[in-house]
Amino acid sequence: MDISGINTKKFITPGIIVLVLALLFALPLYVNLYTVVLITSILMYVVLTVSWTIFSGSTGYLSLAPAAFFGIGIYTSAILGGQMPIIIVVILGGLISFCVAALVGSLTLRLKGIYFAMFTLGLVELIKHSLLWYEIKFTGTRGRFVILIDNETIYLIMLGIFVVLLITAYLIKRSKYGLALQSIGEQEEAAAHSGVNVTLLKVVTFGISAFFMGAAGAIMATRWTYIDPMIAFNVFFSFMPVLMAIFGGMGQLYGPILGATAFAYLEELLLTKFPYYYMLIFGIIMVVAILYLPQGISGLIQKLWRRMPGGKSANT
Amino acid sequence: MRILEGEGVTKYFGGLSAVADVDFTVEEGEVLGLIGPNGAGKTTLFNLISAALVPKPGIIKFKGQNITGMKPYKICRLGIARTFQTVKIFANMPVSNNVLVGSRFGASQRMSPAEADKTTAELLEFVGLSNVSNIPAKDLTLANQKRLEVARALATKPELLLLDELMAGLNQTEVTQAMELLKQIRGEGITVIMIEHVMKAIMNVCDRIIVLHHGQKIAEGTPQEIATSKTVIEVYLGEQTHA
Repeated sequence: MDISGINTKKFITPGIIVLVLALLFALPLYVNLYTVVLITSILMYVVLTVSWTIFSGSTGYLSLAPAAFFGIGIYTSAILGGQMPIIIVVILGGLISFCVAALVGSLTLRLKGIYFAMFTLGLVELIKHSLLWYEIKFTGTRGRFVILIDNETIYLIMLGIFVVLLITAYLIKRSKYGLALQSIGEQEEAAAHSGVNVTLLKVVTFGISAFFMGAAGAIMATRWTYIDPMIAFNVFFSFMPVLMAIFGGMGQLYGPILGATAFAYLEELLLTKFPYYYMLIFGIIMVVAILYLPQGISGLIQKLWRRMPGGKSANT
Repeated sequence: MRILEGEGVTKYFGGLSAVADVDFTVEEGEVLGLIGPNGAGKTTLFNLISAALVPKPGIIKFKGQNITGMKPYKICRLGIARTFQTVKIFANMPVSNNVLVGSRFGASQRMSPAEADKTTAELLEFVGLSNVSNIPAKDLTLANQKRLEVARALATKPELLLLDELMAGLNQTEVTQAMELLKQIRGEGITVIMIEHVMKAIMNVCDRIIVLHHGQKIAEGTPQEIATSKTVIEVYLGEQTHA
């Protein structure tokens, strides 16, 4: 009896995940277009947040560069869109972001704490204004039109990015590199003296996290018809992943997913229902979350889980 | 056989020479003590050997190979492990994962996950932390955090172990236990360089002692020779007795 119990438990979580993913892939078949568009933007935030957490969540390096990589993806799509299949454009957007992140990372990941955070924020502004200067000087126009794609394709590609990201994040977390990233976050010097190649690991992980941000940008651009540097490199996309990750809690992989989903849905809800009080309510929720849920939603769930009878053994 | 040698090892911080033109050799299998007043450059010398800092000028050779300028992780994989004067544990990680980082990354020959787990369990047993392997490292006592650092260093399968003030801040019983641990480590055939202020430990455990003062090597010899050396008593032990 006991053995069968263990076996079912072992298959429950993967089972639920597969079921949810199957439902998500079939979603366009049974819901209206509005829901598809809404879930696409929720997925976009989830992708940005989870990819941000892969690097910053474990190493503690506060990166405010998501907008830079997201924007690089958007511009890849604006320039190459229509010239090649969209899936190639998305992968290219990711790869270019990876390269930029690896380059920037190898130069700046020696900066610690607030200096790294400020540098990454500066990076967004630097790319934004260089691009603006270039566009006005050489193309004569400020913005660009992006080839449009139907909403269902955008949704499916975004979902695809999300699935690949989820698998990547899970594999990293489970591997020895997840352990090493954690040790870097705890005590970088001791990690280096214990045989961890800290520089290489930080640069590659920073690049992987940028890959998914770039890919997300490349596909989202096709929804926006018109883009310019101000829209593409909006620092809003740097701060949202951080807030969402804090809101969801970074201890568990599902934390950032929950945080981003709840936050993105809340944003949509407040924006449509209370357009004038939207930011105000948002701010209050954020303050309350930071004060009373230091471990985020996932921390709260774990606490409740432990309080349930028999929950303790299930948790380990 | 010489396991480690330094030639003219020097390090300046601004205009101040923390370590000045120090030559040293370490024989395989011995326990070498490194003593000197505060600010003598002992920890700086450790940082130079473990590649946290690069000597300028100077050369450090490990088993005949020039290791000057290598990255810390490479030095570690070559077989030099260290602990820190102010403990640098992975505070929020479980005790066992602290050691696991060493065994998964530090060993020169790659270990399979199962082997790494086995090494970790054995080392926790060795330093006496088996019963607390699942609690966060920050909840350990200072003595146990120091033992944890030793276990993490040993997990990288070192041939040379650098111990920076293993016994500072420990009470009498803990010092005795730490000395016992040291003897066991030596029994494993690992060469040890230790910085220590606890004289009882230095005199008891070390085969040879080097004395640093203002970044310079002022004496070298067996514990007996050092204890009776006039220069050493003047600059170091002398100051201690008056203090």
